[in-house]
Amino acid sequence: MSAEEMKEEAQESATVEYVTVLIGEQLFGLPINRVQDVFMPETITQVPLSPPEIAGVLNLRGRIVTVIDMRRRLRLPRAEDAGQPMAVGIEYKGESYGLLIDQVGEVLRLPVDGLEKNPGNLDRRWAMVSGGVQRLDGRLLVVLDVDQVLEMGSEPAVAA
Amino acid sequence: MDDLLREFLTETAESLDVVDVELVKLERDPNNAGILGNIFRLVHTIKGTCGFLGLPRLASLAHAGETLMGKFRDGAPVTPPAVTLILASIDRLKEILADLEANEKEPDGDDNDLIERLEEMARQVASGESGADADAAQIDADMAAIQVLERELKPGEVSLEDLERAFQEAEGPAGFDPISALEAAAAAVRADAGPTKAQATGKAQASGKAQLGEPAAPPAEAAKAETKAPLAVSSPASETGERKESTVKNQSIRVNVDALEHLMTMVSELVLTRNQLLEIARRNEESEFKVPLQRLSNVTAELQEGVMKTRMQPIGNAWQKLPRIVRDLAQDLDKKIELEMHGADTELDRQVLELIKDPLTHMVRNSADHGLEATADRIAAGKPETGRVTLSAYHEGGHIIISIADDGRGLNIAKIKEKAIRSGLASEAELDLMSDSQIHKLIFHPGFSTATQVTSVSGRGVGMDVVRTNIELIGGSVELKSAEGVGSTFTIKIPLTLAIVSALIVEAGGHRFAVPQLSVVELVRAQFNSEHRIEMIKDTPVLRLRNKLLPLIHLSRLLKLEDGSGEGAGAVNEAAGDENSFIVVSQVGSQSFGIVVDRVFHTEEIVVKPMSTMLRNITMFSGNTILGDGSVIMIIDPNGIVQAIGGDVGTHVEVHEEDAIGSADSERKVSMLLFRAGTREPKAVALSLITRLEEIDVEKIELSNGRYMVQYRGGLMPLVFIDPASKPPEQGTQPLLVFTEDGRSMGLAVDEIVDIIEDFLNIEVSADKPGVLGSAIIKERATEIVDIGYYLPQAFADWFDRGERSPNRMLPRLLLVDDSAFFRNMLTPVLKAGGYSVTTAASAKAALDLRSRGAKFDVIVSDIEMPDMNGFEFAEEVNSGGAWQNVPIIALSSYCVPEAIERGREAGFHDYVAKFDREGLILSLRQSRAEMGEAA
Repeated sequence: MSAEEMKEEAQESATVEYVTVLIGEQLFGLPINRVQDVFMPETITQVPLSPPEIAGVLNLRGRIVTVIDMRRRLRLPRAEDAGQPMAVGIEYKGESYGLLIDQVGEVLRLPVDGLEKNPGNLDRRWAMVSGGVQRLDGRLLVVLDVDQVLEMGSEPAVAA
Repeated sequence: MDDLLREFLTETAESLDVVDVELVKLERDPNNAGILGNIFRLVHTIKGTCGFLGLPRLASLAHAGETLMGKFRDGAPVTPPAVTLILASIDRLKEILADLEANEKEPDGDDNDLIERLEEMARQVASGESGADADAAQIDADMAAIQVLERELKPGEVSLEDLERAFQEAEGPAGFDPISALEAAAAAVRADAGPTKAQATGKAQASGKAQLGEPAAPPAEAAKAETKAPLAVSSPASETGERKESTVKNQSIRVNVDALEHLMTMVSELVLTRNQLLEIARRNEESEFKVPLQRLSNVTAELQEGVMKTRMQPIGNAWQKLPRIVRDLAQDLDKKIELEMHGADTELDRQVLELIKDPLTHMVRNSADHGLEATADRIAAGKPETGRVTLSAYHEGGHIIISIADDGRGLNIAKIKEKAIRSGLASEAELDLMSDSQIHKLIFHPGFSTATQVTSVSGRGVGMDVVRTNIELIGGSVELKSAEGVGSTFTIKIPLTLAIVSALIVEAGGHRFAVPQLSVVELVRAQFNSEHRIEMIKDTPVLRLRNKLLPLIHLSRLLKLEDGSGEGAGAVNEAAGDENSFIVVSQVGSQSFGIVVDRVFHTEEIVVKPMSTMLRNITMFSGNTILGDGSVIMIIDPNGIVQAIGGDVGTHVEVHEEDAIGSADSERKVSMLLFRAGTREPKAVALSLITRLEEIDVEKIELSNGRYMVQYRGGLMPLVFIDPASKPPEQGTQPLLVFTEDGRSMGLAVDEIVDIIEDFLNIEVSADKPGVLGSAIIKERATEIVDIGYYLPQAFADWFDRGERSPNRMLPRLLLVDDSAFFRNMLTPVLKAGGYSVTTAASAKAALDLRSRGAKFDVIVSDIEMPDMNGFEFAEEVNSGGAWQNVPIIALSSYCVPEAIERGREAGFHDYVAKFDREGLILSLRQSRAEMGEAA
């Protein structure tokens, strides 16, 4: 193994790859190993009596996927110009979920030590699903804690 | 876990189950060496493998058990205590195995208690051998005789003995050498091939013998040889059987259940994709894909069927443990019980199988424990000493029918009644009115157990209600037939599979939903001008369907699919929208209700997929599915809806067919409409008597000839006030209860409709006040029960002032005798429509009471199957003399077989009509009246 390769290896272990997504105006990053696929959700079936964060269910290649409206989940207003939304496919506890987001961006490789803790004054609702903040050139990337996003039942009842 | 260990666990568990079953068989048939040989071999294998895997505890226990069984094989008599002991050891083996499975190592502790008892037992039976030998010799002689006829088997026997000896030699008590044991086992299998071949062809016989290096022994000698090892005699026969079986086994492989489930899911998806493709192809007429698509479709269907088959398992798998359970029960209760099983190879989905295992076991236990009498009682009752529990299974339509029958004492009606009264399920008066089968059904009520003593066997708080609930949970039903002194039969009907169900696709509030077909009783189209009209009682929508008021629930409202427009406006819109809606009449348990939907599409076979955990708390849905067009829809759970109705309506609106009061009809709960009129005290009237509820504009009420009238359905309808001094309000609306009889309607004006309640009513009849039948406590308030019979003539007498005094006089008078309130309610309007004035009687006795009171009829229609006095007896009684001697009687029966019809004619029936043949009935009535007219 050449010295260069070893260097690269060392570098690799110290970085994380994120799939970046845009929800509202905010840039979020999802750890790439948690992302199954990115798809354009078609015909979402609403589920009556379900929590407001749940946009519904859809058929993704024969699997029933529960779609979470991330704007609602993060208490953001509805998108004004409703362009074609995108969804990120996630597997959680053996079930398929789709996170409804506005746009998918590039995949970023970021150093692990660049990750900073949530600022103390971050919206409580956001802090709960945020795994920290990465500083990019001129903008911030909030790292989404996917498990927390999907762990909705255990949260204090805020949906009223 | 180690693969080897896992394999061992699966295999050993299976072997032990077989041993369980075989031991019970052996106990009944102690001389069957084949069974003994089988058990011996299984235990032997377990012991061998345990030693091999280094499991000393299992090995030593198995060894002790094997030693005792060795004694049996050597001719010691098989006694129940010995079998019990071996069964106990097997239970211990199972416990250790369970522990091993959980912790991957043998649990600490030893089994010296059992081992000592096993050894002691082995010594005992060995010492008792001399006595047994005589028996054995007798058996030997018998068997030798048989043996002469089956000479070709002999080489096998002898060689097997040798092998068994090899077995014995191979095992050291402490240091067991697995390799040689395995070798020996392998040799045994190879050697087994000998006799099989020999048996197969006569010619091969000689060579078979030669192979085994044993000269053919003359019969006499063979008999002698057998004396030495008496019980091994017929083992070759069973060996061969066994071997054939094992060849079959070799053709199957173990597959992980998860792998199967996955395959099932994939096939389901393939089916859905195919459906989508077919849909596309249907739109494009001239598609070149058509032919290959058809082929794909067929292959997919076959594949689906094939995969479904892999999920199917014989029901016998769920029965495997039953012989042992029954055997233990027989011992504990000191009864003689025989368990018969039919149709063990009937297959059903493994998921369903798992779910019915426990209910079945419980029911068999119940039959053996509560159903069958003690031996002494059986003898006293002149029954065979041995009680019989028969379990059978067979396919019928898309269902599997399982019945559990016993020839025991049958359900004790008196006991059930007593218990029902004690636990407050029903009052004595109500019970008196119930038919036997209704009383039987009480045992399915929660917390009911007829055994006065809670035995260790059943009655551990798990009642038949749990059994019923479990069965209903998988879309099944359970029925019960019982005759005192003869026995009881439980019949369970369950769907073959849960994975694919037939569902009705409906639309409500712009969304589509699937309703499982199993819970749909019928579909009714609600139209404004038809008789099926959605009516409102306060805010509760109801539907009048064949004289029943059915509580309705709007699916869109239940699921909150409506946008929240104003309450009043919404109600108006809804009423308008109801004009063309559909009502899915459903039933859960005994509760019927209607689900109002906007549209009904078609039925579709759907693959039920579980809801995501996040949505599982929504009780209205039992799952979701992907339709043929690729969209996902929710599957409605009728159970959830029933719960919701309970909560929504506030009171429990349960509608039963029998709910009229003032006659002998009040067999069960009664639905009453509560209202206020005149006074502040609530009044009530039986819901079933009311035809319609109306609210009319006061301005439409006219005063004519001192009577209030209203134009209603193209005629004038008189209004009657409970309090004669009352007047309609100055303005607004006037609520009316509309009663219709003989095609004429009357409106009973009330102040306010309060509620519908459904309860067991204890009506105290008092006749001091006209228009009041009596009173009852409803919702903790004394409530007057209004006698509609009092008010009807008030309207009609006036109405028909110049015509006939009673409208009934001109109509032919008909007496309908039927014990089923349902049929009475169903037929009465039919007969009325046919132009008869109908009187009903709930039993033959009640009818004869009418006769003794001087009632006169022109024709009688009677049911045949009635308790106490059946229709034949009734007809004979009527024809034997008295006032009704010349009144024609028509029999109504669900059994229209020639014999019954003949019997009917003998009894004096003029005609015999099937129960559901309404037109036939009307025709027959006309004919018999015409005949009577001629005769007169």
